[in-house]
Amino acid sequence: MVERDPNPWRRFLALPNDSRAKTIVVAFLVSAICAALVSGATVVLRPIQSANRAAEEQARIEALVAGIPGMTALLSEAGGSLSTVVIDLGSGQAADGITPASLETALADPANWTELEPAVDPIGLGRRPDYAQVFLLRDAADQVSLMLLPLSGQGYGGRVDAILALRGDTNTIAGIAITGHSETPGLGGRIEEAAWQASFPGTELRDAGGEMRFRVARGRSSTAHEVDGITGATRTGRGVTQMVRFWLGPDGYGPLLDAIRRGEF
Amino acid sequence: MAGQSQYWRVLTEPLIRQNPVTLQILGICSALAVTTTLATALTMSVSLTVVLTLAAGLISTIRRHIPETIRLIVQIVIVASLVIVIDQILQAYFAEISRALSVYVGLITTNCLVLGRTEAYARHHTPLPAMVDAFGNGLGYSLVLIIIGGLRELFGKGELFGQEVLPLAEAGGWFTPLSLMLLAPSAFFLLGLLVWAVRVWRPDQAEAREHVPPGEMEAAE
Repeated sequence: MVERDPNPWRRFLALPNDSRAKTIVVAFLVSAICAALVSGATVVLRPIQSANRAAEEQARIEALVAGIPGMTALLSEAGGSLSTVVIDLGSGQAADGITPASLETALADPANWTELEPAVDPIGLGRRPDYAQVFLLRDAADQVSLMLLPLSGQGYGGRVDAILALRGDTNTIAGIAITGHSETPGLGGRIEEAAWQASFPGTELRDAGGEMRFRVARGRSSTAHEVDGITGATRTGRGVTQMVRFWLGPDGYGPLLDAIRRGEF
Repeated sequence: MAGQSQYWRVLTEPLIRQNPVTLQILGICSALAVTTTLATALTMSVSLTVVLTLAAGLISTIRRHIPETIRLIVQIVIVASLVIVIDQILQAYFAEISRALSVYVGLITTNCLVLGRTEAYARHHTPLPAMVDAFGNGLGYSLVLIIIGGLRELFGKGELFGQEVLPLAEAGGWFTPLSLMLLAPSAFFLLGLLVWAVRVWRPDQAEAREHVPPGEMEAAE
């Protein structure tokens, strides 16, 4: 019999591979090392990734603004850029004491989120932040002429994030930009293509009676309230429909839109 | 000297003679999905080669201590962790391309090519030959991806790496892009043609028929 190796590590390595102890310890070690590797990479690279995402979002907003007909002229007429406002979604007024810079901290607090009843929550968000950052453009008479509203909803493959540009009448869409999605490339993923987004400008949300009519059509749009659908992406289209309807309805930006219509904003 | 030529053989074998995509038809899901442009094909190739080489090295290092019963899980965990790290790096430094590749970087985990090489080769060889073999297979995969990606981008958009090569008819040139090239079926066609071409050139790669049509059987009798 060889003498017992004093080094426990070597003793462990010398165990037969299929012994239960070795199986469990190897499994544990491999998972622990891999977990450390993955978490390390995520933590180290997160600042760069979030900077990338912020830059990307900024670029999307700029592209959205530039893509709206007459927007560049409007911008130079308004003598400047968009103003950024954090609004309280419940009251539709500017939020007290929360700036765009402190918004992220505020939203980390669960107290600043509202749980949604399943009846008013067709998109399965579960909860909605109480504050949102919107971008407003004012005309010469200081009336809001255009607003950019961030939306989020549920598509087929996961969460869909978008920014909707709405004209000052709070009823006509001026454009949309999809800022994030995980839909199937080539099918639902085509929501990020400019060709699909081009059917949004001019679409009206509500009919004369104030009823919400917006819809992503199946196939070609046939009314002023519809945008073209994408073949093979019915559920993505439905997700976009419900996202727009929810966020522009009473539980989303409704109070803000009311305030703008009353000219209070 | 003998050792060197052996490594050379291990490295070059998978390029054409034992090419993982055209001969073994492994990993074609991603080969079809990410080859719409040369840039995405190239990024995918580099990612896969790096993951494959590192995974082969790691698995080969601990090959004597992987319990037989859980070896596939251990291999998948190692491959998946490497893939996540690569994905995070791409998201941080190559955000544009990472978006174009979307889920396919994550799918490297389930690429049969990776598991095939670690299971078939790295588990039985020392780290250096294992990594050389993995690198060679990565290059073989990259070769196919780059050929298909190049053809699809060239004929689908008239561009290579986003630079115009063939003047487009819309802009006063003569070339009308073949939109089919940008759709998934064209990747199947190109891959099929490529496999055919390779097997015409090297008939030894053609597989034996699994079934003989009845007509021929009678004729042979």
